[in-house]
Amino acid sequence: MSVLAVEDLHVGFELDDGSEVHAVRGVSLGVERGARLGLVGESGCGKTTTLLALMGLLPANAWVSGRVLVDGQELLASGDASARPLRWTEIAMVPQGAMNALNPVRTIGRQIAEPMLVHGTQSKRAAEARTRELLALVGIPPERAGRYPHEFSGGMRQRVTIAMALACEPKVLLADEPTTALDVMVQAQVLALLVRLCDELSLALLLVTHDLPVVAHVCGSAAVMYAGTLAEVGPVDTLYHDPGHPYTRRLFEATPELRGGRPLASIPGVPPPLDRPHVGCPFQPRCDRRFEPCPVITPALLQLDPQHAAACHLNDPAMT
Amino acid sequence: MSAAPLLEVRDLHVSFPVPRGVAGALARRPPERARAVDGVSFDLAAGELLALVGESGSGKSTTAQALLRLVEPDRGSIRLGGEDVLAAHGRGIRTLRRRASLIYQDPYQALNPRLRVRDVVAEALVIQGVGDDPEGRVTRALEAAGLTPPETYLERRPHELSGGQRQRVAIAAALVLEPELLIADEPVSMLDVSVRAGVLGVLDGLRRRGIAVLMITHDLSTAAQYADRIAVMYLGRVVEEGPARAVIDDPQHPYTRALISVVLDADPRRRPEQQIIAGEIPDATRIPSGCRFHPRCPVRLESCSEFDQPLGQARGAVPEHRAACVHARAASATLEETR
Repeated sequence: MSVLAVEDLHVGFELDDGSEVHAVRGVSLGVERGARLGLVGESGCGKTTTLLALMGLLPANAWVSGRVLVDGQELLASGDASARPLRWTEIAMVPQGAMNALNPVRTIGRQIAEPMLVHGTQSKRAAEARTRELLALVGIPPERAGRYPHEFSGGMRQRVTIAMALACEPKVLLADEPTTALDVMVQAQVLALLVRLCDELSLALLLVTHDLPVVAHVCGSAAVMYAGTLAEVGPVDTLYHDPGHPYTRRLFEATPELRGGRPLASIPGVPPPLDRPHVGCPFQPRCDRRFEPCPVITPALLQLDPQHAAACHLNDPAMT
Repeated sequence: MSAAPLLEVRDLHVSFPVPRGVAGALARRPPERARAVDGVSFDLAAGELLALVGESGSGKSTTAQALLRLVEPDRGSIRLGGEDVLAAHGRGIRTLRRRASLIYQDPYQALNPRLRVRDVVAEALVIQGVGDDPEGRVTRALEAAGLTPPETYLERRPHELSGGQRQRVAIAAALVLEPELLIADEPVSMLDVSVRAGVLGVLDGLRRRGIAVLMITHDLSTAAQYADRIAVMYLGRVVEEGPARAVIDDPQHPYTRALISVVLDADPRRRPEQQIIAGEIPDATRIPSGCRFHPRCPVRLESCSEFDQPLGQARGAVPEHRAACVHARAASATLEETR
């Protein structure tokens, strides 16, 4: 059973000028205990908005619909009030920029202990001991608990945010571009740590990133988002070698490879605006495999095999 | 490369004072200097694309800035088309910036949001006082940057353009003076994957037209795909340099080897064994003695903490593939000789 289940999630934002942006348009996902799912796509595709909705961290001008279940408990049922008790204790997040996520005038030890004290999962004394344990777990000498964020390098700060996320022993870990700001060697260190911790603690990981090689390395499967919708979901090996959606294929063709000899090809055009409904497939204006139904009929996510689904008419015998 | 290269950089040093803080000032500690670029040498020929690769703090961006005299080197020499760049003053610096131009990482910040594309691209012409045929120059620059037909872009403002188009406008602005050398500092790292290839293709096209391109990047995959040659920097120094394929397929310096081993592949079936090196690049105020990589090096010898190996032809490697490591040196250059 999925420890994280997202069913038909929609998120919109009401803007000051009265217009509305429909950023996430019916996303359904499931992550099992100990499994790692990548959520990939370009800027503006809705991947970070999805994550913020799961954490109950959307701004006041946002609306949400759909269901999010963490270990069977409904997260969205009654708005923020129901999300709060689950946040940190059931589902926790590693943010993108560790420098901005940490409070510069508090020691890292206090920041790691804070969620435990707020949620009452540990007494003050036990929280201190647990903080030292967590620091050791992420590879920071526990005696550095009294230091401030600026005394740490970028990689070490990202380890601190991982320790913080693990403080209340969540079952689901969300990570938003956790290594994007880091250099390759430090990225390798942090990803190795993340993978090891997910394995050891049987965490379900939802990793949001634009970086396909990172997903290929860390995750067993991935969901590709485009213009607020899911274009394709499947094992990373299938997405690379046998993609079911032209957008997935073209994303890989645009990704440089160290050992690959093929020339790179960019995807012409830009994603559609999100302030109006899509007619037909949202990717079709940029698609090199477009045919008659694409501009008129919106493709549903079609199951290609038990693990693999794609939203493209090419897979539908009734269309082709 | 028989003729003299367009750009010759020799033993370049750039350092910055580091604020010592109130405590340091009270203790009358002497101000420290960060040696950001600490003896960098390389050549770049016309029509060649050299990727300067390294992690943050390796000195690659400072090197680029020194080439245009945006920061002042402490010592070393830079020759562009035979002319001494570091001897230039006033008008000479202005001439230098006609011959060489720079594009920045962030196309969202580099373009003045109030100006139309026409004026963004023409700005350098105004500054340099180039009066003949400004319209034609702007049009040609936009075409060279792949913004065709140029008329459809002239009157637009940056906010009406996508990230990829903005970076192309920045490239057009850098090309309008018809430079011989184009320096691109992380030209695609802020762009979405789907548009990167287009912008990199523009740089590749310029190289084919005879412009020398120096691309600063942290991304070895991009360097492998587009560069003729790769120079790998570590803590202010080039530690390995050679033809791109040779550096990627047969790295000679232990740092390059480790760096290449951790570059991830989009194909999940290709998972080379990672050689993760602990720690991070040290502070440039405290460059280790001897080989600057020795404290993190998995194959260091005792002598490595004493001897600073120069960049030399690597043993068994293709010509012009050079590395600054005792293990990579050709058999004739033994430790005794380098002493």
